Amino acid sequence: MRFVFKTRYDQDIALFKHPGQRFWYGLLLIALLLAPAAVSEYMLSQLVFICIYGIVGLGLMLLTGYTGQVSLGHAAFMAVGAYTHVVLISHGWPFLLAITAAALVAGAVGVVVGLPALRVRGIYLAIATMAFGFIVEEVTARWESVTGGNSGLQVHAPAIAGFKFESTAALYYLCLSFAVVTTLVVLNLLRAPTGRAFVAIRDSEISAQSMGINLARYKTIAFALSAFLTGIAGALYAHQIRFITPEQFTILQSIELLLMVVIGGLGSIHGAFFGAAFIISLPQVITWFKDFLPDAIANATGLRPVIFGAVMILVVLAEPYGIYGRWLKIRTYFQLFPFYRRGLFKRQKSFQKSDRLR
Amino acid sequence: MSALLCASNLSLSFGGLKAVNDVSFDVQPGEVFTLIGPNGAGKTTVFNLISRIYQPAAGKLTFNGIDLLTVAPHRIAALGVARTFQNIELFEQASVLANLLIGRHTHRATSLWQEVLFTPAAWRAEREFRDRVEQVIDFLDLQHYRDTIVAALPYGVRKVVELARALAIGPRLLLLDEPSSGLNVEETDDMAFWIGDIRNDLGITVLMVEHDMTLVSRVSDRVLAMNQGEVIALGTPAQVQAHPAVIEAYLGTPSSPPLQGEGPGMGMGLHG
Amino acid sequence: MQLAQILISGIAQGCIYGLIALGFVLIYKATETVNFAQGELMMLGAFAGLAIYAGLGWPFPLACVIALGVMALAGLAIERVVLRPILGQPAFAIVLVTIGLGYVARGAVTMVPNVGTETFALDVPYRFATVSAGALVLSAPQLIVIAVTAALCVALFALFRYTKIGIAMQATSQNQLAAYYMGIPVKRLNGVVWALSAAVAAVAGLLLAPITFVHVNMGFIGLKAFPAAVVGGFGSLPGAIVGGLVIGTVEALAGFYLPEGFKDVAAYVVVLIMLIVRPNGLFGETMRKKV
Repeated sequence: MRFVFKTRYDQDIALFKHPGQRFWYGLLLIALLLAPAAVSEYMLSQLVFICIYGIVGLGLMLLTGYTGQVSLGHAAFMAVGAYTHVVLISHGWPFLLAITAAALVAGAVGVVVGLPALRVRGIYLAIATMAFGFIVEEVTARWESVTGGNSGLQVHAPAIAGFKFESTAALYYLCLSFAVVTTLVVLNLLRAPTGRAFVAIRDSEISAQSMGINLARYKTIAFALSAFLTGIAGALYAHQIRFITPEQFTILQSIELLLMVVIGGLGSIHGAFFGAAFIISLPQVITWFKDFLPDAIANATGLRPVIFGAVMILVVLAEPYGIYGRWLKIRTYFQLFPFYRRGLFKRQKSFQKSDRLR
Repeated sequence: MSALLCASNLSLSFGGLKAVNDVSFDVQPGEVFTLIGPNGAGKTTVFNLISRIYQPAAGKLTFNGIDLLTVAPHRIAALGVARTFQNIELFEQASVLANLLIGRHTHRATSLWQEVLFTPAAWRAEREFRDRVEQVIDFLDLQHYRDTIVAALPYGVRKVVELARALAIGPRLLLLDEPSSGLNVEETDDMAFWIGDIRNDLGITVLMVEHDMTLVSRVSDRVLAMNQGEVIALGTPAQVQAHPAVIEAYLGTPSSPPLQGEGPGMGMGLHG
Repeated sequence: MQLAQILISGIAQGCIYGLIALGFVLIYKATETVNFAQGELMMLGAFAGLAIYAGLGWPFPLACVIALGVMALAGLAIERVVLRPILGQPAFAIVLVTIGLGYVARGAVTMVPNVGTETFALDVPYRFATVSAGALVLSAPQLIVIAVTAALCVALFALFRYTKIGIAMQATSQNQLAAYYMGIPVKRLNGVVWALSAAVAAVAGLLLAPITFVHVNMGFIGLKAFPAAVVGGFGSLPGAIVGGLVIGTVEALAGFYLPEGFKDVAAYVVVLIMLIVRPNGLFGETMRKKV
């Protein structure tokens, strides 16, 4: 059992609460930096995907997990980021400038998508974001002069100041750096007034207002930031898969992104990366299980949706706090051993009460 | 001394129901001013008008000389008006400390960039917020609950956290909506002491809605009695409690003479 | 006359959207949660009808009744097995569970050998019949869609307004705890609501099958039903149908008069306009928290 004896406010404000945390995250960072030497090329490319989807997860987590605004159209921001970036690069823009511009454009689209959030909430907002997602999807498919329509666009390896990131390892380090930087950005925001304002909006809008929080302003910032981060991920995604088409950014992708952050653990930074790891490793896990299943089931194309859906249902039924929640419980069990009680994480049952007033 | 809060001829109707009908009153700086009245009298509606959740159909409302009716709801905290809610509206999934820190929001001095990069200026601002919030925690003896998630707290403590959060704003006027509802005798006692301290030590003006007459008599400087949306009496607690219209509103007119040993006084008789 | 043809076809399509939206609103009215698997329930209903009619060879009306019954049971089962355990969790959780159910349903049907990956035509007796009204030639399937939808609408409206069950459902959606205290069997009622909603979805599937085809992805039409429910106002049963009709007709007109591609986004543009102009939909209720 560890007791953290606090003597300065700085200990609460800092990112790492005690040396143990610094140690373990440092170890993780070293492991990630050494990965290209230790794992296969295939695993490395999967790690790249995890970094990319992790960044998307961060964006979506900021919006849905921390500000409580459900978004069913997040793939649209990836699309905007990816296409803007690729188009700018093909016009000769340098990589860093192009990705920044792409993220800014995505952020601007985010502000537009966030406009309904200023007037409606809950399911209405979700449908509005879904509507935007469809519209963006259709626009990318029809605006052929710019996006190449359904035939898609080819993407080359990124290059910064003449150095080409051709190998998987190079791309991995690039995406890893972006992932680390974006994570730090989000962590900083969350321990500052802006992040607290987001949480306030999620938990009680009317209270947040009486605390002086301008709802419209902070909801817009949340949407813009979320879209900005997702746009960055979209641009990196384009480089990773080398070929983008509108079909990669459909409503199904948006829904899967939402499921990803929920399975990972809504309302936590870890959740974004756990969720990304889950969604990327799912095909692998299915392949492993195929050996144990009869042929008819194992080779069916419907297996992935079934497992995905089943995991989703199980997560809600058994572990609403997601993978991160389960991880937290396991860690607390060992930290408090033998004093762990099941009631520590018990969620209060809330009976449904309508907010509707005729 | 000019009034801190001045309400004149406020009126608001919901459908055909006149929730607030031509209500006027002044709140002087440094006093504890209480609104009383039976349920449905319009007291919380008056609060909601002052905190700008509703817009009155008629009337004027000024705070510190500023016309409140042109101010958006999220701006009254910056002007110095804080309120607690009847049904506690805390941020359930956050710790007590986080709730109080959110209360400091109007004193935010950092820009988005400074926060994203967490510059030394952001560190300083965070330390300062924490310092001020700790003063509130000391004032209300919440040290034990500092890091507890609000959803895990008992009702009585939540009420205190609600009060703490309003104080964290650093207001000039504190609106307390039924501060003692749901509290037992000891907790109500504490609340009475704190309201007194808020007025005496912190110099904050308090406007509250209350049903517990003992508490009202103990802490209030002046009382306004309302019934069915209208003002029926205004004065010191003793004056208002003896006022015939107030007695009628609570007890009704007697159809027979009062029983021996009972009089029209309400000193101990009415608890919410 | 071309315009009238387009309008009829738009209205028929709108009725389908409306029926699916009706399923959404039923569940929303009773439990204030949204069922993202409604489209998949429709697909299952259509497959059930197909299996009995084309597979077993039984007469069409009988196949319909059995399909409705099977889907009602499925709705009951879903509520009992999956939703009852999470009673007490926030509404968002239920939305996610229904999304998961949708995935499972789609995947499971895809896995059925020989059936899952194919597209089937439901060869109902009236599939190619037409009705002439003056210069108009209307297809029978479309007219039947419109007629059945109207009848169902009236029946459900009466259910909610005049029967005890309907009022109990409304009570449960407004304050679950109080409903418990009043002796309303909340859990059983939820089951009934889900059974009803699944049956309505099955009706939509059986009506749609002769017009389009029966295949595993036909549930995606459910995604267009969301705008319909929002346009009509999420808590309103007549609103769902009206919303569906609006979306259907706008789509049909857009497909004819506007360049290619606008037809697909028409529904979503309409819903965005509605959210700007009248956020609670045509018949929706004001959502305002009382403090």
